[in-house]
Amino acid sequence: MSRIDDYRQVAPPGAVDIILRLAERVRGRRFLNVTGGRLGGGAAEILRAAVPILSDLGVDTSWEITGGDPAYYATTRALQAALEGAERVLGDEGLAHWVEMNRVNAKKLALDADLVLVHDVQPASLVTHRTEGRWLWRCHFDCSAARPAAWSFFRQFADQYDAAVFSLPGFEGRLGIPMYVIQPSIDPLSEKNRELSARELTDILTSLRVVRGKPLLVQIGPFTASEDPVGVVNAYRMVKKHHDVRLVLAGTASDEPDRVEILSELREAAREDPDVVVLELPAEAHRQINALQRAATIVLQKSVRAGFELGPAEAMWKGKPVIGGYAGGLAQQIIPNVTGYTGYTVEGAAFRIRHLLNNPELIPRMGAAGREHVRRSFLITRHLTDFLALMTHLAR
Amino acid sequence: MRSAARPFLFMGCVELRQALDMHALDERELMHRLEEAPGDSVFFHTFGYVLRHRPFTTAYGNDFARWAALEIGDRTLAERLAVVDPFAFQNVEALREHLVTILQDHLRARGGDLRVEFDRAFHFQRSHLVEVELGLVATTLAEFRAGLASVDASAIYLHAVEARARGGRRAGDFGEWLRAALELPALAERFERIDPYLTTLERVRGRLLSLVDRALEEEPG
Repeated sequence: MSRIDDYRQVAPPGAVDIILRLAERVRGRRFLNVTGGRLGGGAAEILRAAVPILSDLGVDTSWEITGGDPAYYATTRALQAALEGAERVLGDEGLAHWVEMNRVNAKKLALDADLVLVHDVQPASLVTHRTEGRWLWRCHFDCSAARPAAWSFFRQFADQYDAAVFSLPGFEGRLGIPMYVIQPSIDPLSEKNRELSARELTDILTSLRVVRGKPLLVQIGPFTASEDPVGVVNAYRMVKKHHDVRLVLAGTASDEPDRVEILSELREAAREDPDVVVLELPAEAHRQINALQRAATIVLQKSVRAGFELGPAEAMWKGKPVIGGYAGGLAQQIIPNVTGYTGYTVEGAAFRIRHLLNNPELIPRMGAAGREHVRRSFLITRHLTDFLALMTHLAR
Repeated sequence: MRSAARPFLFMGCVELRQALDMHALDERELMHRLEEAPGDSVFFHTFGYVLRHRPFTTAYGNDFARWAALEIGDRTLAERLAVVDPFAFQNVEALREHLVTILQDHLRARGGDLRVEFDRAFHFQRSHLVEVELGLVATTLAEFRAGLASVDASAIYLHAVEARARGGRRAGDFGEWLRAALELPALAERFERIDPYLTTLERVRGRLLSLVDRALEEEPG
């Protein structure tokens, strides 16, 4: 477990001292997080790092999760998808069950705190059982294009909070409460981002059967249409005509039909070309992702629709230039011509890859700028600072 | 060495951002929204840019110019907005008026609208500055120099930019203290002339330090 002083070696000068000062001001106040689970990325990944540090700072911090039956989880997934803009069938019965299950959750959980931060959709209706303290809804996804019926239903709960927190301006839906903006962050000392020795790196790559010796293009992300891994293969093929490169596509396995179809297409591409490597990784493959990003020459994140996935920040922290789509938080993370490039098309991605491979002196220069950009803007120290400032502000 | 009866307390700050649910999808909307946005939102997107600007990013001077250059690709408008020095205006309302006039003039000359995707819209924000005591105190010029050299960059913003721009204290907190508490009016005046526009807080810090160093060399005893 990392302690706050461990971050002095990686955070900007003075950042840890500001955190210590802010923590002093909220000491004695009870702070509760509620999420739909403790595993996976997003809120859970951030809290796994942040909760121990806040406790180390003397801020009384706890973390509860809600649970229920399969129907509860199914409605949660459908509601979240609809709030993210996808078409889903949301029946009154299912929604009523979701509300009812959260009523049961509210009875079981200790919800008394000075500040209650409820993350995303699953536990959101707990707010109807609030007793004391300030309640914030922390939305980690883009709900600006939510389906109107889903938003109308959800808003009756969201408006009962004292405020909402979004990851980017423009990610918010219409609400009658103050909406703050706190960008997510990466933990530089976590398994996914910590330094790896040369031996560790070699061992992990060997275990993944990723051979080095050629410039390595790496994209990490789910095998979904929104991440456009097929477009990445096509960009790689355009580059391959001019440069002997290798492509690694790494993502988590899933049995959703569209993912299965895309994965089958990618496997076919890998069968035809030994320099295309497709890796299905388990959900908690942090060390493997770390190694792949460190081994990469260029990291790709060619998402066509994205929330605030932090793959670019992780790669930039490892000193890699990133070529990404122009969607969601990608445009916030990648500074064009400085830390990488953003673009819309497969041809554009191929063009930028070739540009970097033809001008290799740009690769370390962009990598160094990217690491500095992440140090200032996307480390957990900045996130903790923002969060403690919010606590201080709301306590006034 | 002179010692001040009133010590200088270095404060840092954290900018807590708030989304305003006001968005502009083209230059015309930007003009209309800018007319009606709260004053502290205009402040956030202009003076506040100094706090967020990094040495490796291109200097656009304010968020409006950055948006015009990067999101809608209107380089003429970007240039016209970028050259607006917010420190040259008496108050935020005068600054707002000038920005709106530039947009109006630009639209009149260009005609037609270019709608952008929502992803690339201008999203108006405001911020709440949470001030943080840094535990650094100075009563002499040497102590002041030590604090200035080691303090978090947000303290430079708070004392040298925010105090001048929002607080209306022309000299900024540093200059005021040097003049009133340490009775160094010449140094205070040199501090007032530091230009924080289109630079970084670290450069501002460097310039302030060099002024203090010169004063320390000149100071007797």
